[in-house]
Amino acid sequence: MKRAAVVTRPIDPGALIAEVQSPEFGAISLFVGTVRDVNDGRSVTGLDYSGYVAMAESELAAILDEAAVNFGIGAIAIEHRIGALTLGDVSVAIASAHAHRRPAIECTRFVIEEIKSRVPIWKLEHYVDGAREWVDPTRAVGDAAV
Amino acid sequence: MMTVQLFASYAEALGGSTLQIPYENGTRVADLVRSIRALPGGRSLPPSPRVAINRKFAAADQLIRNGDEIAVIPPVAGG
Repeated sequence: MKRAAVVTRPIDPGALIAEVQSPEFGAISLFVGTVRDVNDGRSVTGLDYSGYVAMAESELAAILDEAAVNFGIGAIAIEHRIGALTLGDVSVAIASAHAHRRPAIECTRFVIEEIKSRVPIWKLEHYVDGAREWVDPTRAVGDAAV
Repeated sequence: MMTVQLFASYAEALGGSTLQIPYENGTRVADLVRSIRALPGGRSLPPSPRVAINRKFAAADQLIRNGDEIAVIPPVAGG
């Protein structure tokens, strides 16, 4: 199975694991992205994620197809949340299942890096001092892009 | 006319989430970008922003057809 979606509800990473789990797979790799309290040295209070949802879902579908070809992945589920998120909320989760651990782990890494480079989703950060700013990873400094 | 979708920082810079730009046969992505950057607030966009045609990233020399779904894509920040 392969599934990717942009959602507006909370993400349950356990549900993604259950979705890809099967006796034929000996490995499930899970990535969970969460809202961090500091970015680029500024204290963050929350984020608004927005997206060009139609294109985001078609890019995610393309990434799924590439993951299947590149890693022979058995099952994969991806959810990315948009809307207002608070600290610690899950913004993205990826579960990749394969007979063996290496392709599962490499697939998950591939998917998150592709999401970060090409899926049209944006985040507006809100800071403790009341300011707000659109995050632009192309001008990131420090640890922001790592 | 071409309807151009804008998002995030670009929508704020141009003051709205859609633009109407006159369409002429032979218009390419780079021509569209020039037209947008000439609008009030348009200089906030870089000279070569990413543009999507029919939900796929398009090269600067790609021809735009009447009725295409067009969007200008700010630097993405998902994850």
